[in-house]
Amino acid sequence: MSSSQQDTAVLKKPVEEKKEKMISGSEAVMLSLLEEGVDTIFGYPGGAIMPIYDSLYDFSEKIKHILVRHEQGGIHAAQGFARSSGKVGVVFATSGPGATNLVTGLADALIDSTPVVCVTGQVFAHLLGTDAFQETDVINITTPVTKWNYQVTDASEICSVLAKAFYIAKSGRPGPVLIDITKNAQIQKIKYDGYSKCDHIRSYRPKPKIRNEYIVQAAELINKAERPFVIFGQGIILGKAENEFKAFLEKSGIPAAWTILGLSALPTDHPLNVGMLGMHGNYGPNVLTNECDVLIAIGMRFDDRVTGRLDKYAKQAKVVHLDIDPAEIDKNVKSTVPVWGDCKETLPMLTKLMEKRDHSKWVSRFKEYMKEEVQLVINDELNPSTEKMTMGEVINILNELTKGDAVIVTDVGQHQMVACRYARFTQSKSNITSGGLGTMGFALPAAIGAKFGAPDRTVVAIIGDGGFQMTLQELGTIMQSGVDVKILILNNEFLGMVRQWQQLFHDKRYSFVDITSPDFVMIAKGYGIDGQRVSDRTNLKAALKTMLDHKGSYLLEVMVGKENNVFPMVPQGCSVAEIRLK
Amino acid sequence: MKQEYTITVHTENHIGLLNRIAIIFSRRKINVQSMNTSPSEIPGIHRFTIVINESEEVVVKLIRQIEKQVEVLKARYNTNDEIIWQELALYKVSTDMIADKISVERLLREYGARAVVIRRDFVIFEVSGHREETERLVKFFEPHGLIEFVRTARVAITKSSQGFHQTLKEFEEKEPGTDRVVENKYLDKNEEVFSM
Repeated sequence: MSSSQQDTAVLKKPVEEKKEKMISGSEAVMLSLLEEGVDTIFGYPGGAIMPIYDSLYDFSEKIKHILVRHEQGGIHAAQGFARSSGKVGVVFATSGPGATNLVTGLADALIDSTPVVCVTGQVFAHLLGTDAFQETDVINITTPVTKWNYQVTDASEICSVLAKAFYIAKSGRPGPVLIDITKNAQIQKIKYDGYSKCDHIRSYRPKPKIRNEYIVQAAELINKAERPFVIFGQGIILGKAENEFKAFLEKSGIPAAWTILGLSALPTDHPLNVGMLGMHGNYGPNVLTNECDVLIAIGMRFDDRVTGRLDKYAKQAKVVHLDIDPAEIDKNVKSTVPVWGDCKETLPMLTKLMEKRDHSKWVSRFKEYMKEEVQLVINDELNPSTEKMTMGEVINILNELTKGDAVIVTDVGQHQMVACRYARFTQSKSNITSGGLGTMGFALPAAIGAKFGAPDRTVVAIIGDGGFQMTLQELGTIMQSGVDVKILILNNEFLGMVRQWQQLFHDKRYSFVDITSPDFVMIAKGYGIDGQRVSDRTNLKAALKTMLDHKGSYLLEVMVGKENNVFPMVPQGCSVAEIRLK
Repeated sequence: MKQEYTITVHTENHIGLLNRIAIIFSRRKINVQSMNTSPSEIPGIHRFTIVINESEEVVVKLIRQIEKQVEVLKARYNTNDEIIWQELALYKVSTDMIADKISVERLLREYGARAVVIRRDFVIFEVSGHREETERLVKFFEPHGLIEFVRTARVAITKSSQGFHQTLKEFEEKEPGTDRVVENKYLDKNEEVFSM
């Protein structure tokens, strides 16, 4: 198509288009999404994206659009969708405030490596930079929080740009991509000659080349190790390498602990699963990080919440680091052997070279620490003798009822740590939480998306009283879409995690953590969602059962002890070995 | 130990990439001493030259973050003894001052300066060289009155005889660039375009 034709498409005197295959930019967006296998979009319309919504109207039988109540809810829902389904989440939003409302979700998706494609409307290209109504510099605002972004001002680019967007979002280390499309490009007519998926960009190396010599070196180190220890993250899930990972562990006999994003990649009851790492992780995995001789990090990035004080972190150990993102190698912890590559490919190569070993004596050390932790922390949390309920006992009964088959979506704070510590999982992609960014308000919309991504599974959103109030408008999305999400509010009438820190590190000066809540059950009723509040443990199990058995969404508010703390805890600035049990 | 490093980045020609690269430094509160964008010897491949003062450990991490960007082909870093570099400076001084107080011949000889423009009211000199060399002439002019001074970013080429040329050439031959840069062609057409 010549450039003069493109120009005339948006000019005042439209040229009669007689060719059959002329479509609008907006239709090109829809056809591209269909070609990418998209069946669900989370979005919110507005002025600058109206032509796309107009086109969506014609496609509404093929593509389900979930009208959210706020764009932040839209992108968190898309994240939940992506995390439970393994597919790319798609979001529509308008220009200006619509687009800026996506920023938190983009940052969350970037740090937690979640594949999301956002399509935002933008003002007409000739208005760019004129402070037009609802114009904002979306590309520059979102540059630091996207894996890639691009502004389309000419419809002829739409198909190829969207193909790139999906390829970039899901390949290599996944991440969010934002495509900003000016209104003229949405209207502009172009000739459509089919869609071709993108599978290569010459400057982009999603998978670093695997270097066999490093595999061999890593295998040698691991085979010689007396006290090898595997720590794994979401890389296993993103790489769809759960089976390869299990095979590696079972052949090598190495105990493995997880980061909160790695949770559910290995079933909770697997004999080599020794628990959770990090600030509120289990006792053994933290202490023994500083006693292992070879630390094998797989698909994880040594976040400061995992490592504690870096200069006292696993200094005795040789470190083997498997990661698809070369920028993660040696970023925080210097590796002895870097194993670049997709763990789906590198793990089997490594497994092949593993000698069959039995590390049961070493594994039993984790069990010993676990016994101590059970005695000093876990027993009181799961079977409390206090009058008030604990978060742990709620999760414990939930496990009993779901048998570990549910998708657990958590918000951020104490309930998140408790849920991650005690929820049990039998299958992968079952724990959805905001890990890196720690976004309060994540859980409710993410749970909505998770249910659309895994419609056959039970989805339970576990949320604190603070976080719930950040995005509770998404109850409207639940009401309208009829999606079945179980909402479990653990209400301690405090911003609990901050209160815990104020208690432990700020002399109990409770500065603005005392939060008042509305009647959540009544609010849910207002949205047509059934629910109840439980303050007495004798009713807890029955209430949880009612929630799970209820047809459709349900809100259960459980009143828990106000000043309970999450332990163990690695205080900030301390080594993982200095983890406190009380 | 901190020292001057010159980072060379070969990239696609992509609107917005300059910002993506710049924020890798500003996010970490690293002061970029100079940054230059320019074409390379291979059509379609652009070249950034960035100078910072940092430790090698930090530079290596920055390089990996830069290479992570989708449109970046390759990023490398060099110490000053591995490269040849130049900066270009322009100096505007009044013609009267030059005529009255300064031996132009000395200026041209000692400072390697070149007169670019000579007018009745002012003269513009040009010096290219290292920072110290361009700085020297600033010092010289200052007491007499320097009307305007400007200096470019560093441009640098590695001393190794083949440089990056061969790898880049082979790369471009194997995978010729296809991406055209689409600019906004409507900015000056607001009268003609239908909008609401």
